[in-house]
Amino acid sequence: MDYSRLLNNKVQALKPSGIRRFFDIANEMDHVISLSIGEPDFTTPWHVRQEGIESLRRGKTWYSPNRGFAELRDQISNYYARRFNVEYNPETEILVSVGGSEAIDLCIRAVVQEGDEVLIPQPSFVCYEPMTIMADGKPVIIQTKAENQFRLTAAELEAAITPRTKLLILPFPNNPTGGVMRREHLEEIAKVIEKHDLLVLSDEIYGELTYGKERHVSFADIKNMRERTIVVSGFSKAYAMTGWRLGYALGPEPVITQMTKLHQYAIMSAPTMAQYAAIEALKHGDADIERMREEYDMRRRLIVDGFNKIGLSCFEPEGAFYCFPSIQASGKTSEQFCEELIYDQHVAIVPGTAFGDCGEGFARVSYSYSMKHIKEALERIERFINK
Amino acid sequence: MVKLLELLGRNADFTLAELSAMLGKSEEEVEKEIAAYKEQGIIKGKKTIIDWGRVPDAEVRAIIELKVTPKPETGFDETAEIVMSYDNVESVYLAASSRYDLIALVKGSTIQEIAEFVSKRLSTLENVIGTATSFVLNTYKQDNAVFGGNEEEEEQRSMIL
Repeated sequence: MDYSRLLNNKVQALKPSGIRRFFDIANEMDHVISLSIGEPDFTTPWHVRQEGIESLRRGKTWYSPNRGFAELRDQISNYYARRFNVEYNPETEILVSVGGSEAIDLCIRAVVQEGDEVLIPQPSFVCYEPMTIMADGKPVIIQTKAENQFRLTAAELEAAITPRTKLLILPFPNNPTGGVMRREHLEEIAKVIEKHDLLVLSDEIYGELTYGKERHVSFADIKNMRERTIVVSGFSKAYAMTGWRLGYALGPEPVITQMTKLHQYAIMSAPTMAQYAAIEALKHGDADIERMREEYDMRRRLIVDGFNKIGLSCFEPEGAFYCFPSIQASGKTSEQFCEELIYDQHVAIVPGTAFGDCGEGFARVSYSYSMKHIKEALERIERFINK
Repeated sequence: MVKLLELLGRNADFTLAELSAMLGKSEEEVEKEIAAYKEQGIIKGKKTIIDWGRVPDAEVRAIIELKVTPKPETGFDETAEIVMSYDNVESVYLAASSRYDLIALVKGSTIQEIAEFVSKRLSTLENVIGTATSFVLNTYKQDNAVFGGNEEEEEQRSMIL
């Protein structure tokens, strides 16, 4: 049977994620040290898990309201105000989703019409482009530059804008580079956004994981940007709750209302058990965030120092749990480097090109691993370089 | 700098270079701090954590609680010092418990040896008015190291994207 005739052409044309290939190779080998996984190695804090268990014990097994439980939305509202200085009305401006990913998809589908251009700075997480294509939008890639630590500049943004531009994706703190946008950088971007009357999807899922002097600044906290911004975040990275699949969108009521319709028809509501656990996380989890953040910070210093000593220069990543060392000193392409490294030393990292063409010459290294694991990987990478 | 102590407590094998990278300090500073901790008696030394349960014919361990009559002036210290002086006593703690005052971790080559040690040496001490001995059957976790599992920690996360 010819399925290709029956299946949606747009879906068939989507490229598989470039991160996967290396993981598949790693899976077939023994004693592989992987620094390729993009999720916390911590388990969810026990008091948070207990609330999930307690909700089951009490038989709370029904659907939640479409937007998420009111108590959870109240807590999210308090949390964003407390931690990032932006206030949202829990009744109308907050939607609880199945992970941040669902909220990104909802936002793009709610906003983008056929032919609308969506600006996607790269290197970045791999979902924005396919989601835009599926919404009949046109992804316009902005290749950010290593010399700017892969930050988006106002000039790069301005150069990419056309009369069809509608939405900018702003993925900071950034996966895969670990780069952040400080307030002054965001203010420059905001001027261009206002001038061209655009919307911004600010993916702030790594917002709790910043290590510089300045905490993460939400794009919605920049003057006049709240009304133009849909903030997407979630519990996965801040509270090590990836498997609970819980995220949220914060934004102007008209946008959230449309997103809620899509969510209602496709998903109905986010998992009930996860929402009870998330309420506990928001109420009593600030210390957990800090504990994990400090641990990531020490690993971050260890790994960046390690790469620089090996001779693979690495700019200081100030957010998320990735570093993005340059592998250009090896004279190889990113793909070659990562492939030879995995076959030769059984160390799995992801080529920078998996996150966009401008990732060439770099590799994404996750430090969401124990220090022992990181030390062993660095030793192996050093052996590989000195061969 | 408690962080330095936490790191050393977790793994004594970190090199000065690694510690200085992780803490964002120079190697000299870290070296000085370690020396100061040693001088103040905060760092007592380092040792290897051993899962004795996996060693064939390994020693037996017991937790012994002692009810002690405190003495004027010295309280429980005098008895604690006597208990401490035996080589087979690994640790001694003063506990705030209504039932017992001192807790000693004791090792021996057989259960009989420990039983004899308790009955002849500890329960006969002047101020000891009672003992309770619990033999360790299995160690699940010690000094933050989890025992008994697979040697290589299995990766439970999946690559999803």
